[in-house]
Amino acid sequence: MTPATDVAIREDLPTIEALMARIAALETQVADLAERVPENKFSMVVLSGDLDKVLASFIIATGAASLGLEVTMFFTFWGLNALKTGRSLGGKDLLERMMSLMTPGKSTELNPSHLSFFGAGAQIMRHMMKMKNVASLEELMAMATELGVTMMACEMSMDIMGIKQSELLPDTPVAGVATFVDLATRSRATLFI
Amino acid sequence: MARPSDRTLDVRGQRCPMPIIKAKKEYETLPPGQVLKVLATDKASVFDFQSLVKNLKGAQLLEQETVNEAGTDVYVHYIQHGG
Repeated sequence: MTPATDVAIREDLPTIEALMARIAALETQVADLAERVPENKFSMVVLSGDLDKVLASFIIATGAASLGLEVTMFFTFWGLNALKTGRSLGGKDLLERMMSLMTPGKSTELNPSHLSFFGAGAQIMRHMMKMKNVASLEELMAMATELGVTMMACEMSMDIMGIKQSELLPDTPVAGVATFVDLATRSRATLFI
Repeated sequence: MARPSDRTLDVRGQRCPMPIIKAKKEYETLPPGQVLKVLATDKASVFDFQSLVKNLKGAQLLEQETVNEAGTDVYVHYIQHGG
């Protein structure tokens, strides 16, 4: 133990005022840093509408939510097909109607990225998953909702593909890139699928 | 070896990510100090529960054991609520 007298009154020690000023400067710096530290968030872009990739997305999303992360999935382009609850052709132009008819109208119509066999692949894959007791995509989606996972739709790709809000799951929030980037920069991890 | 627990969650037969999801939900209703025993047959649950508990506030993985039940490996996880 060093005797306390060793630190007694030394001329070169900073004054209380100087120390206070340094603390204030540090506090400002810490506050600045705090704004840049990631929050307890996890964000995902789901661009793919392939059954396998959408499945993986929901497995990861529900897993992350279980680990206590606040999860947001941002669905864009083909990924939007997973959020569809049915097809409606009203109010669409010719190309939009074609696009609508040539893409899956709901999650149960998604095809795998490989071995699609004109639709049979999905049935085979779903059958194999069921046999192995793996939760179906629809069960995982319901679980995600229950766990509070936010499923957002990209406004711009909805517009390009002529997808109407009424075709998506009820109360799907619609947002743009700024919303996603803001979320992503505050997330602990971000995935693009 | 088998230790005392306050509640048992049976997720035998269920696959990733279900055991984790169900365990997290059950954990949230567990009073502080109590022990949740989880029975799983999913091999991935051994590592998965270690990661889950690391991320659940105050949770502690007291023990993990493998019990052979009629030729099937059952992975038993004991999670205590930190509170």
